[in-house]
Amino acid sequence: MNVIEEGDGELVGWEHPDDVRAWNREKRSRAFEDKRMSASEAVERFVDDGDLLASGGFGHVRISTPILHEIVRQDIENLTLSGKTTVFDADLLIAAGAVSKVEAAYCFAHETRGLAPAGRRRVEEGDVEVVAEASNATLQWRFLAAKMGVPFVPARILAGTETFEKSAAKIVEAPWTGDPITLVPACYPDAVCIHVSKADKYGNAVIDGISVEDPELAGAAKRLIITAEEIVDSDELRARPKDVEIPYFLVDAVVEAPYGSHPGEMPYQYYFDEDHLEEWMDLTTTEDGLEEYLERYVTGTEDFAEYLEVIGGEERLADLEAIENYERPDAGGPEGGERA
Amino acid sequence: MSEEYTSTELLTTVAASLIEDESTIIVGTGMPMLAAMLAQRTHAPDATMIYEAGGIGPEAPELPISVGDERTFHRGVKAAGMHDVMSYMSAGFVDYGFLGAAQIDRRGNLNSTVIGDWERPTVRFPGSGGANDIGSLANETIVTMRQDEASFVEELDFRTTPGYLEGPGAREEAGLPAETGPSHVITQYGVYGFDDDRELTLEFLHPGIEEATINEESSFRIHIGEYERSPEPTAEQLRLLRAEIDPRGVIR
Repeated sequence: MNVIEEGDGELVGWEHPDDVRAWNREKRSRAFEDKRMSASEAVERFVDDGDLLASGGFGHVRISTPILHEIVRQDIENLTLSGKTTVFDADLLIAAGAVSKVEAAYCFAHETRGLAPAGRRRVEEGDVEVVAEASNATLQWRFLAAKMGVPFVPARILAGTETFEKSAAKIVEAPWTGDPITLVPACYPDAVCIHVSKADKYGNAVIDGISVEDPELAGAAKRLIITAEEIVDSDELRARPKDVEIPYFLVDAVVEAPYGSHPGEMPYQYYFDEDHLEEWMDLTTTEDGLEEYLERYVTGTEDFAEYLEVIGGEERLADLEAIENYERPDAGGPEGGERA
Repeated sequence: MSEEYTSTELLTTVAASLIEDESTIIVGTGMPMLAAMLAQRTHAPDATMIYEAGGIGPEAPELPISVGDERTFHRGVKAAGMHDVMSYMSAGFVDYGFLGAAQIDRRGNLNSTVIGDWERPTVRFPGSGGANDIGSLANETIVTMRQDEASFVEELDFRTTPGYLEGPGAREEAGLPAETGPSHVITQYGVYGFDDDRELTLEFLHPGIEEATINEESSFRIHIGEYERSPEPTAEQLRLLRAEIDPRGVIR
């Protein structure tokens, strides 16, 4: 195949598909075994310094906060981050110093809430390096290629731009049309965390609402930690098998994590904690403020249950549940408006 | 005498007028979302909104604040995934894509990645997100952004998203889908289209804006031939926006 053009971005997460087949054959269990463990144990066992990490969900929606906190508590370093519309997740890890490199589709901002003070500071001061640019579909389809066990997938994106030049993609002559076509290489993250609505103890997982790119990301992961709002009996999931987005054999750890997406949204369950996100944005404008945040909410708390108490406990969470279900409390609820 | 209205309300009604009925629209959060909803409630009842994270055709009683939140698929046609949405767009099922940017050039190419040098940027923006995908794959893209000399530039600091690249035929030559590209650019001064040379040209000047402002607030020469005045928002459009679409004033 005639290669017309090559991006010079770093080829993050690449492996020969046969090497990953061997990994999946040897290292991934097919046993129906109880994979439940604490967030702390899951990170100890499955996240290492220097890993390529990707987290599920989209933006502040359905994020796996207990795993992010543990990565910070355990001082994991030198992560490469897959910046797939990562916002709070990326910002927290980057701010806390866990990340040294990023492949950036969308990073360093909080959607309509504004640019991320800490993440931007790290990248503008050179503490974190963007090693490749991407688009959302680029990463999506890099994971799809990995899930399919093929070295690349073709896509009609990136061409003609510097996003392509700084990506790891190539443009070749398509054998059927003769036209240029972009190939995006498979990407196999070392560690992936995905927050789901329900899972059984084996890891079969249901995502209520949009799946974003998590079915592809789950298939691409070399190690996959599932955090779940609720652990349910397998029979409940076997009664609705079409809703299981992630089958157990892709999963290495199952962590029970009610309200695990806080301060993000969990569709149908609880809304964004806008006050908390605003506090994060405000505090992280300075390094002192950042330290204050981490001490109050992450390193100064034992685990996610304690964190939930610190952010306001049941009362606060009940408000967020009401807002998600269109029953906005009269007082104390986030307006969200002024940030849009 | 027309009712008082905000700049955002004017841009919303102008953007809504560009949306035809029986169409599909990829939007982000913000003004374009209001424009699509206004179009649905007026001349385009069969316009369907799509969000890149997977939400298709929502009928939510309040506005989303993220491209992936529950309001993007509440009572929707489908709660899909990103792979579905990107694939439908690649296959030609998405008619309009709305995009913002920090910089634009005369050919409608966009920068949302960095100001300054890529290796050591003065300002790091989020990056493409879905912009490159939408700019590559939607049948037509509509750009909404603030216009000034720093944003309308001769040369982008970084070309994140394809407009017409180097000019006529360049998109097709690069391998992008045929008959795609930016159709309009909406700013606080007016609405621009693209001429046969695929360069920015004035189509509508907003009420109260002087023609000279168009080029005073641009670092490249914008063509000015025949143009019209943008219609002011009607009382009914303002009522829909304020009472039904965004009663809490999330986007003003």
